[in-house]
Amino acid sequence: MDFSPHTDDDRAQMLGAMGLSSVDELFAGIPPELRVRQWDLPRPMSELEVTKRLGRLAERNAHGLTCFLGAGFYDHFIPAAVDALIRRSELYTVYTPYQPEISQGTLQAIYEYQSAICRLTGLYASNASLYDGGTALFEAAMLAVRRTGRKRLVICRAVNPIYRVMLASYTANLHLELVEEDLAGGGCAADLLDDKTAALIMQNPDFFGRVHNYADAFAKAHEMGALAILCCNPLALGVLRTPAEMDADIAVGEGQPLGLPLSFGGPYLGFMAVSEALLRLMPGRVVGRTLDGQGREGYCLTLQTREQHIRREKATSNICTNQALCAVAALIYLSLLGKEGLRELAQLNMAQAAYARQRLTAIPGVRLMDPGPWFNEFRLELPLDARVAVSRLIDKGIAAGFPLGRYYPEQANALLVAVTEKRSKEEIGNLAEALEAVL
Amino acid sequence: MKTIYDKSRPSRRGVTFPAPLLPDACFQEACLSPELLRASPAQLPEMAEIDVVRHFTNLSRQNFGVDVGPYPLGSCTMKYNPKFTEEIARLPGFAGLHPLLPQLRRGGLLAQGALEVLHEMEQLLCAITGMAAYTMQPLAGAHGELTGLMLMAAYHRHRGNQKSLVLVPDSAHGTNPASAAIAGYTVRTVPSKDGVMDLEAYRAMLGPEVAGVMMTNPNTLGLFEPDIKQISEAAHAVDALMYYDGANLNAILGIAKPADLGFDIVHLNLHKTFATPHGGGGPGSGPVGVVAKLDEYLPISRVARREDGTLFLDYDRPHSIGYVAPFYGNFGVVLKAYAYILALGGPGLKRVAMDAVLAANYLRARLAPQWRVAVDRMCMHEVVLSAADQAAQHGVTAMDVAKALIDFGFHPPTVYFPLVVKEAIMIEPTETESKENLDAIVEAMAFIAKKAQDDPDWLHAAPRSTPVGRLDEVRAARQPDLAQR
Amino acid sequence: MSQYAVPGELKYTEEHEWIKVEGGLAVVGVTDFAQQQMGDVTYVDLPEPGLSVEHMAELCVIESVKVAADVFSPLAGVVAEVNAALAEHPELINQDCYGAGWLVKLKDYDVSGLGELMDANAYGKFIERG
Repeated sequence: MDFSPHTDDDRAQMLGAMGLSSVDELFAGIPPELRVRQWDLPRPMSELEVTKRLGRLAERNAHGLTCFLGAGFYDHFIPAAVDALIRRSELYTVYTPYQPEISQGTLQAIYEYQSAICRLTGLYASNASLYDGGTALFEAAMLAVRRTGRKRLVICRAVNPIYRVMLASYTANLHLELVEEDLAGGGCAADLLDDKTAALIMQNPDFFGRVHNYADAFAKAHEMGALAILCCNPLALGVLRTPAEMDADIAVGEGQPLGLPLSFGGPYLGFMAVSEALLRLMPGRVVGRTLDGQGREGYCLTLQTREQHIRREKATSNICTNQALCAVAALIYLSLLGKEGLRELAQLNMAQAAYARQRLTAIPGVRLMDPGPWFNEFRLELPLDARVAVSRLIDKGIAAGFPLGRYYPEQANALLVAVTEKRSKEEIGNLAEALEAVL
Repeated sequence: MKTIYDKSRPSRRGVTFPAPLLPDACFQEACLSPELLRASPAQLPEMAEIDVVRHFTNLSRQNFGVDVGPYPLGSCTMKYNPKFTEEIARLPGFAGLHPLLPQLRRGGLLAQGALEVLHEMEQLLCAITGMAAYTMQPLAGAHGELTGLMLMAAYHRHRGNQKSLVLVPDSAHGTNPASAAIAGYTVRTVPSKDGVMDLEAYRAMLGPEVAGVMMTNPNTLGLFEPDIKQISEAAHAVDALMYYDGANLNAILGIAKPADLGFDIVHLNLHKTFATPHGGGGPGSGPVGVVAKLDEYLPISRVARREDGTLFLDYDRPHSIGYVAPFYGNFGVVLKAYAYILALGGPGLKRVAMDAVLAANYLRARLAPQWRVAVDRMCMHEVVLSAADQAAQHGVTAMDVAKALIDFGFHPPTVYFPLVVKEAIMIEPTETESKENLDAIVEAMAFIAKKAQDDPDWLHAAPRSTPVGRLDEVRAARQPDLAQR
Repeated sequence: MSQYAVPGELKYTEEHEWIKVEGGLAVVGVTDFAQQQMGDVTYVDLPEPGLSVEHMAELCVIESVKVAADVFSPLAGVVAEVNAALAEHPELINQDCYGAGWLVKLKDYDVSGLGELMDANAYGKFIERG
């Protein structure tokens, strides 16, 4: 099965127009000794065969488990209209909108997405998206390094550990100092922040689901001339204090909770918003509203001199292709929910989690590890290794949560439980009964 | 069109949710102190579902996609995106899979199907490019470049090499120098000669401080670099690594393999070569392949097979550069590319390169009478024209040509790239455009060439058929309006 | 005659900056040739007053829609003053590059460097040669 429309007759005619007799002649510029000797690839398959084969592979994944697994990536309900709309091929079979006259659909949608991110975070400007929350955090850190000319980054240990290891990987060759401390419990220790610190990086809700106000810590960072970076869950911004209200300079985060399927890790959506002073240092594509020759409003890519195709090695980032369609999906999702819907959903998540907390902490031997307040996730201490408990619960059809020992070795008995709006009373009851039974 | 915020009306709703399980208890804002709460709700649009659906449906109608008409956007390989791959990516067994699931039970047993896809895809890409191993983690082409450069840095660090420079030809994509800079390298630009790398200048720039050489082959002029073997041998002689930017792999599928050309690190753009949709700017996917000596540095996790035949995620890789993405890459995109490769098989993939190169050369031959070809010889998958003559004689620029093509029902080619060609018009028809469509492009370009002589103002006024005309980009940049307040 | 204005009283660099000494300060801008090549200027990233710059070190960046051009300091010196009007009106560089579109005034500049620069006649020939 291929997708070429050419018949042998077409090919012969095209070759004839060039005075050639064989397609091989077109490859004369490739020295013979460099040609393929081995081409060990499978035989072609029909659409039917491929679909069956992939269908079988899909069924070899345990996707039917009741999901209390979160840890930064959540099993939320996605209204049908989101997928129905992004499956319009005028939205998904287009390239980056370099030619604005025939790309107004994508451009306006991205402008509206940028507006939504600004409204969620309270900050001045958003880009058109980055790859994911982790790369967005790296880009934010690099922005701070460029802005301050400093090389030290202070990051809280309650920031998603996957993002912290990503940051460590990216900065390995850049002579940056990463300082990881447990800062979320109390205020930020002032002695950690010095005049060499480029940024203080915090997360809200933090990796353990706890809700914070970092305004004091961020004020200290500013006193030392450092930038304040807040990694946040966009759904939680339906109710929680905004990055702008905490005086953060940069907000980043993972947009997956906004209508994107879990899809085994991607495609997701990194979002970033910055204060006005940082606009021209922001990485990534940006869409602006302007006018055409007749005074009609329209949209185009703008502030492109920041970007790699113009600034090359001096660009603010190397990013080119981002996650535009995921950004549009997130915008559609936010539009369906609306102002009240987002707030209600955030509250609903908190309520379901509160109910689950009640049920689970009633089990003898299970202890709540934090005093709260929480968003939709919390950590429990079990009387045994959490990995063992989770593995036992899989047999009962439940993904009970994330055993924290993997990233926090001192917390081997800790289980991080996420409860979204999708979890019913019955499912939460089943989890409580099953957990009690396996302890 | 009015924005979605303009259309908002208080208390309209597009979706509702079940009632909370603890309606009366202290669970919501009441138990959070005010300092933890936002002062006022985010001003999101308030719409009924029908209004949301119409808004985005009407927005989509202002876009021109591959499904609408020919899209010869050079360097972007805008081929047809098969529909069945969309269905596959949405199978609940894939779309509903939490990425941390493999960690819940003996590395990977809960996601054997997904790991099988990643593992097989790795082997297929190895067979296609000749590399020894692949990572699917990089989330787009430029992200693959950065990953590749981090691998390069890890290799040199491990060997105790002190190297600070990366060489990039002047015809390179802007992402190459940008990625090298972000990886901590200083970039030096190698000049071109007759459209390909100037071998003498390159040799003069090579030295022990060179960590790597980044090349696109065929290059951005659509030309195969004939000296590639000498270039890679010279690089290896100073222990520099050869980096292959896979943007143009479409031209050599089944014809030549990057490994055989001497490349050590390769990134591919699944959204170009392997037909996954580009989504108006992503999501893409940029797997990186390496030769055997770089395998140990690949990002974690790696998919590996146990003796019992099951697959697991291997995190025990002491020399790995670490994590470049949270999990296994843009898995949904990898799935679509995997399905595409399976459908085409070995013969189909080779046919892709042959038809793509045939189509580009046919256009070159037919367009040459009216348009100057930047380097007039046999090209690969794309042909670069120059409107420099039209610009000098009639004031008609590459941009005018691009805008005029819109009115003929085509997406414009890439213009003003590569930077080494004045008034560049870069046409990549891909293998999925029929001869009738190629002929229609030729006719339109002939008409435009004639209009350039007779009536340049007609071209300056294009496009006429679009919802907006040419936009005031100066205004957009001087007074940035980036969000509706 | 050339399509580019090259006032006789100024000194010039090969990077298309002009400089003139005025009241003890050295005023720096970009030439008519440079602004025409750039197209409509959209933004100027000016340095902070007090910054010390070396000869031909990056002084500021001028941006148009599709170009970002570095401006180099024709003389070593210290930034005394920047043209604040450019923040709101970057178009002054297009409208009046030798007057209201000036960029930076240097103090404590290296007087000996002035002799190294081109006069109008030499610069005019330089840009005609391309």
